[in-house]
Amino acid sequence: MTETMIEATDIGMALGEGPGRVNALKGITLSLAGGELTLLMGPSGSGKTTLLSVLGCMLSPTSGNVRIRGRSTSGLSAEQLAQVRREHVGFVFQSYHLFPTLTAAENVRLALDVRGDHALEARAKAGKALATVGLSHKANAFPRALSGGEQQRVAVARAIVGDASVILADEPTAALDSENGQAVMTVLAEIAKDPARATFIVTHDPRIMPFADRILRIEDGRIVSDQRGGADVRILHALKYAS
Amino acid sequence: MSLILTLASRNLFHDRLRLVATVVGIVFSIVLVTVQLGVFLSFERMVTTMIDHAQADFWIVPAETRSFEESSLLSGRQRLQALSIDGVSAVVPVVVGYASWRKPNGGASTPVLVVGAPTTMAGLQPWNLVEGTADDLSTPDGVAIDRSYFEQLGIADIRERAEINNQKARVVAVTSGIRSFTTTPHVFASLARARAYLGVPPNRANYYVVRIAPTANAAVVRSRLINSLSDAEVLTADEFRHRTRVFWLFDTGAGAALLGSAILGIIVGTIIVAQTLYSSTKDHLKEFATLRAIGSSRNYILRVILAQALISAVVGFSIAVSIDLSLVKITRDAALPIVMTPELSIGLFALTIVMCAIAAVAAIRVVTRIDPVLVFAQ
Repeated sequence: MTETMIEATDIGMALGEGPGRVNALKGITLSLAGGELTLLMGPSGSGKTTLLSVLGCMLSPTSGNVRIRGRSTSGLSAEQLAQVRREHVGFVFQSYHLFPTLTAAENVRLALDVRGDHALEARAKAGKALATVGLSHKANAFPRALSGGEQQRVAVARAIVGDASVILADEPTAALDSENGQAVMTVLAEIAKDPARATFIVTHDPRIMPFADRILRIEDGRIVSDQRGGADVRILHALKYAS
Repeated sequence: MSLILTLASRNLFHDRLRLVATVVGIVFSIVLVTVQLGVFLSFERMVTTMIDHAQADFWIVPAETRSFEESSLLSGRQRLQALSIDGVSAVVPVVVGYASWRKPNGGASTPVLVVGAPTTMAGLQPWNLVEGTADDLSTPDGVAIDRSYFEQLGIADIRERAEINNQKARVVAVTSGIRSFTTTPHVFASLARARAYLGVPPNRANYYVVRIAPTANAAVVRSRLINSLSDAEVLTADEFRHRTRVFWLFDTGAGAALLGSAILGIIVGTIIVAQTLYSSTKDHLKEFATLRAIGSSRNYILRVILAQALISAVVGFSIAVSIDLSLVKITRDAALPIVMTPELSIGLFALTIVMCAIAAVAAIRVVTRIDPVLVFAQ
């Protein structure tokens, strides 16, 4: 039995004020288990990124509750939410968001530095994380010297270096060509096998569906389908989605 | 070592043009402040140079005296009264006043400040003598001047003759480094010659320098002096220095002008640094949002901004100090040299740090409001 890493219950999220107020999420309930790679797919404006922000404790939901490893995040201050993020959440962004003035190793180490981890220990962990994504040889390279795929793998290393309970990725392959996208997804799928970590990816990209253990579809702020299955099912799903 | 310093320094050095603007702002500000405060210090020292070099336990000065250079006259009776006090070992008259110096070649006259005191008693005699002796002032018409004023006074060498208030004067001794804070040179003379030059009646003087016996209680002697003298004040050297400084630095407005310029320098420097730090922070907003998204505390981000400000401060201060030291060297022999003391250097460094920290406030206000969700914006 795998552990539930994150649990969202009846999440509602209203954005904006007055007549322009929009209900971006409408009563979403889901849980993510360790060792599982979950894709969230849906059309633009369906609430994917808003849900990712709520699960990642960047936004506090208007209603409902998010629990990370059993700990409720309701009512936490901005600083307390930041603490939850640095201890339990790893992010991978579409635009990588690496620091151009830091090397690959320093970018990875940054996730530990903000936690106040000891520098020597952080260096060792960063080296290990870079090895996991196959970039040990690029540890001292600055982002501008890396390809898009390599930059995204550095971002993945930054997300996993702190042993986060949840990896949240926002369109991680959107800015990459097919080959680099596959390489990044291979890395993500590999690290998603860790039972101590749930991986949740927001994507439009049907090419990555074969990597998923579970596929959620969101429309108009609601989860409209939740499919699990073996590789055959996922491939069929991908073909259906593509057509 | 934390990455805070690495991140801060690389953010700074990544944009060299902006760094140059920041450093120029700091350097401009600190050099301006140093020059003003250095001149202020120099001025502060120079206005009390006579008091500093007098061998006085107390000064008897006419009532309401505001500075060493400006005073009315004390009577000979007051000197005798002071001498009669138990514990007083000597009361040395000092005569001070402005006079007109006529150059040996008959050129235009120039004002001088004549300082006269007995040559046989320790009180106020010329110091830093490089030619002649203080005793030479007792020779007929003998005066001592500083060699830095030779040109201004039309003197080429010792033993040359001139006139003070239409009376003969002969340079018999030369000092080095006794500069006036105004353009008016000091001329030392014997008490009798000074009285003659300035038209001060015999037995009268501007000041009495009081020395007390080694075994005497200074407070008791002072109290007795105060009680026995009317129309005169009894000041310690520190009190007389303070009074003279207050007059020249603040009552005349000269010190306020220097301090005003220094404050202006601080304000301009702060604004320049604030502007560049603010724009740098705005340029790195996504990076700060990323830091926030990956869970950094506000405190961590504030430390990055402050580290940027402090690195700028250290770089700017180092360059400014090099320039300041050059200015100190260049102005060493000027009428009003720039003085740089260790205390001033430490104070300036602290000022630079504070200035840069204050300059970081605007940038800090930006990052404390940052929304981590910004990382999802493309």
